[in-house]
Amino acid sequence: MPDTGLTDEQEALRRAVAEFARDVVAPVAARHDEERSFPYEVVAGMAAMGLFGLPFPQEYGGMGGDLFSLCLAIEELARVDSSVAITLEAGCSLGAMPIYRFGSEEQRARWLPMLCAGEALGAFGLTEPEAGSDAGGTRTTAAFVDGEWVVNGAKAFITNSGTDITRLVTVTARTGGAVGDGGGDREISTIVIPVPTPGLTVEPAYSKVGWHASDTHPLSLSDVRVPAENLLGERGRGYANFLAILAEGRIAISALAVGLAQGCVDESVTYAKARSAFGRPIAANQAISFKIAEMEARTHVARTAYYDAAARALAGRPFAKEAAIAKLVSSTAAVDNARDATQIHGGYGFMNEYSVARHWRDSKILEIGEGTSEIQKMLIARHLGL
Amino acid sequence: MNIVVTVKQVPDTWAEKKLDAADKTVDRKSVDNVMNEMDEYGVEEALKIKEAHGGEVTVVTMGPAKAVETIRKALSMGADKAVHLTDDSLHGSDALATSAALAKVISTLSPDLVITSSEASDARGGVIGALLAERLGLPQLTQARKVTVDPAASKVTIERQADNGYALVEASLPAVVSVVEKINQPRYPSFKGIMAAKKKPLTTLSAADAGLDAASVGLAGAATSVVTAVPAPPRSSGTIVKDEGDGGTKIAGFLAAQKLI
Repeated sequence: MPDTGLTDEQEALRRAVAEFARDVVAPVAARHDEERSFPYEVVAGMAAMGLFGLPFPQEYGGMGGDLFSLCLAIEELARVDSSVAITLEAGCSLGAMPIYRFGSEEQRARWLPMLCAGEALGAFGLTEPEAGSDAGGTRTTAAFVDGEWVVNGAKAFITNSGTDITRLVTVTARTGGAVGDGGGDREISTIVIPVPTPGLTVEPAYSKVGWHASDTHPLSLSDVRVPAENLLGERGRGYANFLAILAEGRIAISALAVGLAQGCVDESVTYAKARSAFGRPIAANQAISFKIAEMEARTHVARTAYYDAAARALAGRPFAKEAAIAKLVSSTAAVDNARDATQIHGGYGFMNEYSVARHWRDSKILEIGEGTSEIQKMLIARHLGL
Repeated sequence: MNIVVTVKQVPDTWAEKKLDAADKTVDRKSVDNVMNEMDEYGVEEALKIKEAHGGEVTVVTMGPAKAVETIRKALSMGADKAVHLTDDSLHGSDALATSAALAKVISTLSPDLVITSSEASDARGGVIGALLAERLGLPQLTQARKVTVDPAASKVTIERQADNGYALVEASLPAVVSVVEKINQPRYPSFKGIMAAKKKPLTTLSAADAGLDAASVGLAGAATSVVTAVPAPPRSSGTIVKDEGDGGTKIAGFLAAQKLI
């Protein structure tokens, strides 16, 4: 067994997910990618393993694990297929975690058991057509009228928002009046909207470059009415809440990027040994073997970075800078490895039936989603007093 | 139902397997070791029977210290407790010696049902189920693709996989059943199961603890020995028959030469 520094239980989890990815995810990943279909049967298998409940306490139907065990599962899934990995990442970090972290006991009891069981998916509506990295630019409003929240606006790129098992979308909205109304401008709150609710429209899925088997939609909200108790956490704390959620989410996305980077190494090693040119395996050429060595080195460094950020988060120490570093280096490693793996595979690397082609298309979003690389650099620079 | 299921740690099915140069036993050090894949089906079947009829599932394995990883996996899938028979003197046991050792341990557990897999992916002897039944003096039902237990009538019925269908075989309990892959779809351990496995009872026995005579087990007690071994030759490229109107005759000639027709 490789000395991964993991406990026996973490290693057992990693192995179990790796076997699941090899036996259940790999055989259908190319087809779902090609057909742009949501892999319900794979998600059901992940649910049966308890993956959607990994970081949540058993009293809510969770597995009693933590952020790090979730990261290990995400990494092993992404090694084979990023779409199912992001479905899990978003389901836990964005769908269920806000409910667990900021919800009342009633909200937790209502939503967490079905989310942890993987019978239902939750989505997190933060990004808007005109507010991405600058999340404070949120335009969606929620007015408190006759004891109800009335939500109006639009959300963009919302993962897991349109599946047959999506049961809620948590949205951020201005609760102190619209932009330009004066004093209440900055008041942002989070509100849980059950799916379906009249006025909430899940628009047709995007045509994306990658992550084809992941479910992503724009949402429009027109006079969506929900009861007062659907406010999640304190009124006006929405901005602070999602910042906390996003910092942990960055570590999970970093794990996903490391998985993709490792998957590129795996595929390249196998291919370079098997493929011959000019009478010998292409691995015998340093142009190839050095490239793979660099890929492995990047992956190792990126993994070390996310292990460190997760360890800090779990120890209750500050981890925002380390999470940003992990996200930055791992997404860069993923994109670099995907490009190199495709190059090593030559013409086959450009064919969709080869998983490196899928990795290549799936990698770019990692430098954009959950905070662009530029945002990560901004955060790191800020920690340096710049 | 008191169910015993046997499991074995083997070199990763996907890895290139080698024999140890010194004593020609399977080299377990140079490769990743995993639970014999077909044993997962045995564990799953034991768990399903327990879920349907209640009772307890005990995992039994014989193997080096590292084989505890395989026990943990079975426990994390949901088995209740385990017995690990481990001793340097057991190294090199052949199927006869292994069955003697396992039977000795299993007989102390007074099972209603013993489940094994039809074969392990390393040696592929496929005889442990039959040997165990003989040594325990129990009926054997091998190659089961379906198992139905009736605790009230104290009997077990299986569909025994055959080349051209299946045979219904029935026996009274207790009995030994060996299973094939068709029987079920093994579950993956959950993290909760993995954490719970840590706290489940695990008994470790030496050969002496189990009351085994050192001369009857291991390389010393093996009735068979590996005299010599060579790596399998690489697959040669086949013969291509070009059809020039006589393709059928040529193929028939080839098959006749191989004594296949």
